[in-house]
Amino acid sequence: MTPATTKTTKNDRRSDDLSNETLIGWLRDMQLIREFESRTMQAYQQAKIGGFCHIYSGQEACAVGTINSVEKSDPVVTAYRDHGHALARGMSAEACMAEMFGKITGCAKGKGGSMHMFDRPNNLYGGHGIVGAQTPLGAGLAFGARYEWEVLGTGTKKVCLCYLGDGAIDQGAFHEALNLAALYSLPVIYIIENNGYSMGTAIHRHTANADNLIARGKSYGIESIEIDGFDVRNVYDAFKPLADDCRDMQRPGFVDLKTYRYQGHSMSDPQKYRTKDEVADWKSRDPIASLLHHLMNERECISEDAWSTMEDEIKTVVREAVEAAEAAPIPDVDTELASDVYALPMDNLSPSEDYKHGLKNPLM
Amino acid sequence: MVFVWTKGEAKAGRGVSDAEMTRESPMTMIDSAIHPAVGEWDLPDFSKPLPSRDGDRMLQFREALREAMTEEMQRDERVFLIGEEVAQYNGAYKISQGMLDEFGEKRIIDSPISENGFAGAMIGAAMYGLRPIVEFMSWSFSLVAADPILNNAPKMLYMSGGQWGCPIVFRGNDGAGGQLGSTHSWCVEGMFSNVPGLKMAIPSNPYDAKGLLKTAIRDPDPVFFLESERMLGDKGHVPEEEYYIPFGQANLMREGDACTLVSWGRPVHFCMDAAERLAAEGIECDVLDMRTIRPLDIESVVESLKKTSRVVVVDQSWPFGSVASEVMAQICEHGFDWLDHQPVRVNTRDVPTPYAKELEAAYLPNADRIVEAVRKVVTAG
Repeated sequence: MTPATTKTTKNDRRSDDLSNETLIGWLRDMQLIREFESRTMQAYQQAKIGGFCHIYSGQEACAVGTINSVEKSDPVVTAYRDHGHALARGMSAEACMAEMFGKITGCAKGKGGSMHMFDRPNNLYGGHGIVGAQTPLGAGLAFGARYEWEVLGTGTKKVCLCYLGDGAIDQGAFHEALNLAALYSLPVIYIIENNGYSMGTAIHRHTANADNLIARGKSYGIESIEIDGFDVRNVYDAFKPLADDCRDMQRPGFVDLKTYRYQGHSMSDPQKYRTKDEVADWKSRDPIASLLHHLMNERECISEDAWSTMEDEIKTVVREAVEAAEAAPIPDVDTELASDVYALPMDNLSPSEDYKHGLKNPLM
Repeated sequence: MVFVWTKGEAKAGRGVSDAEMTRESPMTMIDSAIHPAVGEWDLPDFSKPLPSRDGDRMLQFREALREAMTEEMQRDERVFLIGEEVAQYNGAYKISQGMLDEFGEKRIIDSPISENGFAGAMIGAAMYGLRPIVEFMSWSFSLVAADPILNNAPKMLYMSGGQWGCPIVFRGNDGAGGQLGSTHSWCVEGMFSNVPGLKMAIPSNPYDAKGLLKTAIRDPDPVFFLESERMLGDKGHVPEEEYYIPFGQANLMREGDACTLVSWGRPVHFCMDAAERLAAEGIECDVLDMRTIRPLDIESVVESLKKTSRVVVVDQSWPFGSVASEVMAQICEHGFDWLDHQPVRVNTRDVPTPYAKELEAAYLPNADRIVEAVRKVVTAG
């Protein structure tokens, strides 16, 4: 697998109308994710983070470009490689890191872990661990939003973003979700973050017709496009009109967002299935470096010094997030182990537990 | 109630370091009766006494279910029904007959044969704030939706750290329907009730079906509601006035002092038949219809045991790791001192469901097998 090339020219880019501040903000978001993931790997190697942990480095332009194409009120749901989406959506680095540290200040009070980043104030409906499980949820969130607008008459037109990896396109749940989305005309965009690998199995070895993923969306009559997901301006240029249209028309969309992950599938992956040259090839057109190049040399809106300052600031933010996560209390067994199991606990639900309500979630 | 971590309050032995203890958390306990993750919520008034079960407003079980859904949909626009054949076909089993005409296609929704898809999607809709009723034509078909209904719905509140609940009702036919063979006769209660986070109701008659389904729709947790194709045509009195049956309260269907029969759903009728026959022999039984098995009203079982000292648990799912196993375990934990005989269970036979009518009848926890079991425990000592 090799990087796609960027075809658009400067003059026909929608993103050229974005302000310098906006793009600098995106640069900051992407660098925050990159730095955050570096420290995540470090903490994992120090055994401060447990379980399964999937690193987003390399894919930053996907989350940042798409999430910034929609409104804060639009529902977003994703899979288990979810730290980037959580941060891009506005979760604090501290809540995200503390969750992985299994601390009470984490976004799920330490009950979810790396794969279950939920952020209600920012309408992030989770990180979901089972491959493809989030795809029917995405259809349902869109159903809920459409029902609210159409039947209850209390909401605005929304569009749901549902992320999945190229591995999830082989799951039955995904095809059922696509069928429902098209059948009921649900405003959900399925964003395949196509990093070329289903765990350690290359795309040509895990799915049929691998060079033409959008044929799957089209086969359900869904508008389906390919986007170079390694360039955040490209992502915005192509994704924004699709998102606007899906919202206006209350219909689904499908995106083959071509990207690459720099790290293994999870922290335990020795990556024997790909070459160092392949990784280096992708890194040579790194999404953060290319946005920085654009801002520094074409827009001339950020200087070396300013970039250096930004990097330092981000390092500080993430370092402080790690320190806060380390210092935060662990969840108390008495308040947390048997709370949040039932919204309405009652007697005799369990032979062993006396369910109750625990601490309020720190995000709510 | 304010819960603040300070050095003074940190409990010893929980691995809290000095550095951790100095960090104060502003977090407080949730003190409302209903978790804020499901938003504003008003529960029905359970303090009202239930109306009489006696009367002549005879409705079929399916009509009772329809009344429950209709009333709740009239009350709350967020409630809607989705499933295979529920709309234009008027319900594969005519449960939703006429509801499309009343509520329109936006709220009575035909789904494709795609349980994993629509059950999963409706969990998303419930998280978003709607109150879906998902009809499985048969709970047998819910197996292809096992991931969403077992991995998502009951765990969402927990794994989101209390940010999103999942107020949804899954309902449909459970158990042998009548010569449907091995794949279409599933009793899912043994397997599914193993999962914390869900509630499960299994009514045996029209009165309870209506009252429990209305409660299920008003409940903020995922409720698995198990009906039986073989009971949909059963008729019984359903009062005109509105009522909600609280979860976790067994109903004493018949009184006796020789033995307690404990069951739920369709086998309650097998128990009543058996009790009738046993009465002719002078053996009078308490028959307890549990109505919900999660929560499970073990207190009523123990109360009855105090009188009878003998118990037979009747369950139409397989015996190994079944609800009957759980009821017996809880009897041993809570009622051991009252027992004069070990608890006995009558489950379906431990084989796949057969097709042939005679084999299927022998497979079920039928009245013959119950009578035999009761005679044994009563005469043993």
